[in-house]
Amino acid sequence: MKKMITRRNFLAAAGVVAAAGVLTACGGSSSSAAASGAASGAAASGDTIKVGVLGPLTGDVSVYGQAVVNGATLRLKQANEEGGINGKQIEIISMDEQGDPTQAVTCFTKMCDQGITALVGDVTTAPTLAVAAESADYNMPMVTASATAESVTYDAETDTVNGNVFRATFTDPFQGVKMADYACQKLGYTKAAVIFKKGADYNEGLAENFVKEFEAQGGTIVDQESYSDGDVDFKTQLTSILGKGPETVFCPNYYQEVGQILAQAESIGLTVPFLGGDGWDGLEGYATAEQLKDSYFCANYAKGASADFESAYKAEYGEDYPNGFAPLGYDAATTVLYGIQAAEDAGLEAGSDEYKQAVIDAIAGGTIEGLTGTFTFDEHHDPVKSTAILTYIDGKPELKEMF
Amino acid sequence: MNTKRKTLKMPVRYLMNAVLVALLFVGLSYLTQNVLSTYQNKVLLTVGINIILAVSLNVATGYLGQLPLGHAGFMAVGAYTCALFTKYCPLPGGISFALGLALACVVAGLFGVLIGIPALRLTGDYLAILTLGFGEIIRITLNNIDDVLGFKLFYGAKGLKNIPKYSNYWNVFLCVVITCFAIHAMMKSRHGRAVLAIRDNEIAAESCGIQTTYYKVMAFAFSAAFAGLAGGLYACYLGVLDPSTFGFMKSIEILVMVVLGGMGSMLGSILSATVLTILPEATRSFESYRMVVYSLVLILMMIFRPGGLLGSYDFSMSRIVEKIMNGELFRKKEKEGEDHE
Repeated sequence: MKKMITRRNFLAAAGVVAAAGVLTACGGSSSSAAASGAASGAAASGDTIKVGVLGPLTGDVSVYGQAVVNGATLRLKQANEEGGINGKQIEIISMDEQGDPTQAVTCFTKMCDQGITALVGDVTTAPTLAVAAESADYNMPMVTASATAESVTYDAETDTVNGNVFRATFTDPFQGVKMADYACQKLGYTKAAVIFKKGADYNEGLAENFVKEFEAQGGTIVDQESYSDGDVDFKTQLTSILGKGPETVFCPNYYQEVGQILAQAESIGLTVPFLGGDGWDGLEGYATAEQLKDSYFCANYAKGASADFESAYKAEYGEDYPNGFAPLGYDAATTVLYGIQAAEDAGLEAGSDEYKQAVIDAIAGGTIEGLTGTFTFDEHHDPVKSTAILTYIDGKPELKEMF
Repeated sequence: MNTKRKTLKMPVRYLMNAVLVALLFVGLSYLTQNVLSTYQNKVLLTVGINIILAVSLNVATGYLGQLPLGHAGFMAVGAYTCALFTKYCPLPGGISFALGLALACVVAGLFGVLIGIPALRLTGDYLAILTLGFGEIIRITLNNIDDVLGFKLFYGAKGLKNIPKYSNYWNVFLCVVITCFAIHAMMKSRHGRAVLAIRDNEIAAESCGIQTTYYKVMAFAFSAAFAGLAGGLYACYLGVLDPSTFGFMKSIEILVMVVLGGMGSMLGSILSATVLTILPEATRSFESYRMVVYSLVLILMMIFRPGGLLGSYDFSMSRIVEKIMNGELFRKKEKEGEDHE
């Protein structure tokens, strides 16, 4: 049975079709303009250098994406205000991939069509892997601010490094090693225990590497305890730790659980200082000053470490920097700029293959002075950098030192 | 109307459609090679993959009249099957890709049978929940299987990498054509009519001697198999797989394409898959408002055309030609109501 099409319905439908047509026409014309711009842009790229900034600006993980993209954009704008690179302005091409690998790849291709010479991005692991696989074909220099998975820069299967990919954040294993070194060398502990959540990459990665490094430094791990996702009672494990008499407990978990662990440790009389990783960010709301006394944790960036950055961010976006991803985005952009500077100094033509290779070589061999410390890149293209070690003064996190 | 209506013979119909497809292919390949940028070609590839997904879901949703929410699960099965096969297969590229895609179809189809047998005892929202659960099980299994069984094959959340990138414009186009043809042929056959009968009235169909369970499971498996094909193409397009891609939202995305195109209309699914894939890309200049545009189009569509873009209309080249042969093309009024095939 077919319904008669009334005049009203017809008009409405026609309106919708027309509106959709206009929208696609707008988009279509702009993208074709961009495509034709790419051809002429590549030829006339003498005056600007195009840098892509890719991240999820909408969607589930937009809280990280916006921070990274804002941080990176701020750095690139600052570079322009300072007169650009050898007089050339940076043109920022920023796109939203919604945390979706498919969109990330199409965005990346679009950026390449528009003639970018380097990319800051991506943000979360899955899209970054997809873009990394794609960017290898272009040999496009690419610095991710925040993807921690080892496989982003290094392929364990074939034992090869993704030559064109770098990252600004430290990896999970790196934090474990750093905290073990700090505990031994700076805090002078020789007996430590570990309590961590099983079945999670982050927690296990930190714990394993802490144990390995702590023992390599001559310390003794007196006890290793683990719990499962969703556990709320940790007293069995903590009592066992108490019985072994450690000087400190390494607790590489996220802050909500750490809060519960600290409270229960206090209640059974385990009052030694605790150590943790960057998952502790935000812990101060979950634990008392007494529980946090003499505890240390590491982070990429400590609030207050760069007043310039924080005020510049506020001036640009009208709000405080949201989380540690913004400084990392800033540093990723700094890294890219460092590479471009070298390529420009060499007098190469922007966008050419030699140019890209020069950017990559410069970054791989360079020393970058960023907000999150001064860093170089190791053979896996991971940053080797000092870590911000934070401690608690009256229950508030304070930067102790860079380590 | 006159008693003797001129009709076309079947071989002529097939020939005509084959010519149409060939023309489309030539036209599109001219575009891809000469007009479109790399980026636009990438979008075109995703359009192709989404068309297969939408058309295959249309079998279960539009023709069978069920509401499965686990289509992304079948896609994941196909994607991982094809990815692992092509990655570890020593055969030369083209052969291993073809075998991988075939295997992806078969394995996803088997999963379709497996899920179909218990699921299709249920209808409506119960079936929706069950298939939703299935999709999530697939995703979570892929995420954890390596850890639990202690081998390194799927790589879970770390992402399966180094999948050879075989998908290109040619083979995606071929797969789209094969999918559409297979589904069309199936729906025109006795099996297809049985499936439609079940959709329209299950009890009546059963009383006519149609084995409802058999045909329901068959249609479901058919739908799953082509989702697997799309998954295989997707895996070899991206080169990297991550289980989180195949979440619940992916299933919804495909369902939206089918509903928007008109349930039970293949051309509708093709059109809406094309529009909904291109729309978010084409409106990039609106930046963060583009998803509002996307949602707005959906809402307006559902208000003014609740039956979808094309309702249950399906394009048929031979029908138009027959109309021309009989000089009926512009005498619409008299033909009203006779359009259903």
